Amino acid sequence: MELVCPAGNLPALKAAVDNGADAVYVGFKDDTNARHFAGLNFTERNFEKAVRYAQDRGRKVYVAINTFPQPSGFERWKAAVDQAADYGVNALILADMGVLDYASERWPELRLHLSVQASVTCAEGIRFYHENFGIRRVVLPRVLSVSQVAHVITESPVPVEVFGFGSLCVMVEGRCLLSSYATGRSPNTYGACSPASHVRWEETGDGTNIRLNGVLIDHYREGEKAGYPTLCKGRFQVGENTFYALEEPTSLNTLSILPELRKIGVSAIKVEGRQRSPAYVAQVTAVMRAAIDQCMSDADAYQPKDQWMRELASVSEGSQTTLGAYHRPWQ
Amino acid sequence: MLYTMKLSIGPIQYFWDRRRVLDFYQQAADSSAEIIYLGEVICSKRREVKSEDWLAIGNELKQSGKEVILSSLTLLEAASEMGSLKKLCRNESFMVEANDISAVQLLSAAGKNFVTGPSFNIYNGRSLRLLASKGLKRWVLPVELGLEALKDLQALRPAGLETEVFALGRLPLAYSARCYTARSHNLPKDDCQFKCLDYPDGRLLETQEDQGFLVLNGTQTQSALTHQVLEQLPELKALGVDVLRISPQYSGTLRIINIFDAARKGNELGSLGEELLTLLPLGACNGYLVDKPGMDYLRAATQ
Repeated sequence: MELVCPAGNLPALKAAVDNGADAVYVGFKDDTNARHFAGLNFTERNFEKAVRYAQDRGRKVYVAINTFPQPSGFERWKAAVDQAADYGVNALILADMGVLDYASERWPELRLHLSVQASVTCAEGIRFYHENFGIRRVVLPRVLSVSQVAHVITESPVPVEVFGFGSLCVMVEGRCLLSSYATGRSPNTYGACSPASHVRWEETGDGTNIRLNGVLIDHYREGEKAGYPTLCKGRFQVGENTFYALEEPTSLNTLSILPELRKIGVSAIKVEGRQRSPAYVAQVTAVMRAAIDQCMSDADAYQPKDQWMRELASVSEGSQTTLGAYHRPWQ
Repeated sequence: MLYTMKLSIGPIQYFWDRRRVLDFYQQAADSSAEIIYLGEVICSKRREVKSEDWLAIGNELKQSGKEVILSSLTLLEAASEMGSLKKLCRNESFMVEANDISAVQLLSAAGKNFVTGPSFNIYNGRSLRLLASKGLKRWVLPVELGLEALKDLQALRPAGLETEVFALGRLPLAYSARCYTARSHNLPKDDCQFKCLDYPDGRLLETQEDQGFLVLNGTQTQSALTHQVLEQLPELKALGVDVLRISPQYSGTLRIINIFDAARKGNELGSLGEELLTLLPLGACNGYLVDKPGMDYLRAATQ
């Protein structure tokens, strides 16, 4: 199983490579990728250094160009594809059909992966992208149970990558408009969810209100630990109850099911978090590397170590982790 | 302009009991809507109306002169859902609305024409052209896109392809493996006790300041406000939009269709705009269409 790690800047990329990532995925400094945050991502100059650093050490570089261009911006997405291809990256991670069509026509030799943002959950859908654009890998959304992932793998014409660790999207990626409903900016159109530009923290008599474009996402009492107001992880009222109606602040962690993922034929494990620090990347990459190595050498004896679990929990949202949709009762 | 935009009734997004569904389509048969989309698009556990029933309803509506389209499930997870989708795509009676790429693959492989629904991602002309070459006959503009993008897309649209706009309804915003209606009752999806039946317009989610924000509809999340574009019909017509979709709500849908029917024919709106607002469960929004946050509501300057 290949370990695919995130890098939002050059130090993070080095941290991923130095700690054992097989591949690192990156994005350019604009809205062509789904982590379009201020101060993040690669200029052309840094991009060249990044590709060299990883490839000189035998690792791969994937470039995420995984948002959905509208006609007025389409040229920018083409330019991103061309730039990545010019620097000899190992693969592009694409979501939009139009961009896939362009990339496969202009760069027929270049390896294309289907991004999680393409929202493909079954083999028939994978076949569409395989037949039309020659994709060579698919990244599955975080909505399938382990047995459903297994079923997709048996029927898929291409290898399957799944998420192994990181912030959890509870909605099907590529089909979630909650953020643009509240702010006008969504992952699809803008490459950001619940953008920081629209967040407001407000002291109240008994704590802190967190608002997203005016909408109250959560209220923290004095002493309660406050998280980032991702729309789907706030506390709302439904009926008589005020609770995390969609999901709690939590991160996905698959350490406990790595042998199962291996057994069903998962080809690559992805770590989420291009927006996170180099320290996060270093820590998570090191833990995942150790876990995958142990799982691959002796899956029967494999047990996630307490220390790994502690280290991953310490960098998780709300300091807690979940198996998410992989584990049926979560659904 | 000489043409009149057509009206469609989108698939019922909620879980209604069988009697209610049958009554609704009996009324719809006499409505001024030309196109009716049928089928369960959210959750395969909702079986008050079975696939044979949908075909029967479709045949009756067809005899009433309606164009009938069968809508496919939006998020496919279980193998059994793929089995149902394959059956749907094999039907010889009606065109299918593909709400997922796997439906597109099945239909194009079988050489059949199809429609794509509002949660199917088509954001640019290259995607439109590619899908048209696969058999796309009508597409629904993704709900988060506005008039600016629509204008560009209309200019790039292949000949013969119809454009439909989600014109009224709570917005389909997100889909998940998790059932939020069941979760709101502290139940897992596998033991949901069909709680959706109790919420025929979805279950309201409010902020801690009592602002109605979202609606839980099983595994789907919708806007609490009802997106409606009555005031923008002249712009939509000028851009060559072919079809306006009304998404069913539990009550008042037929009256809403009458209001849109009057408006599309260019009649003076008079008090109809105000009446429309009284028919919505919580209130209106139209931000997406005017390139603002979807929850915003901007009244047209002429109103």
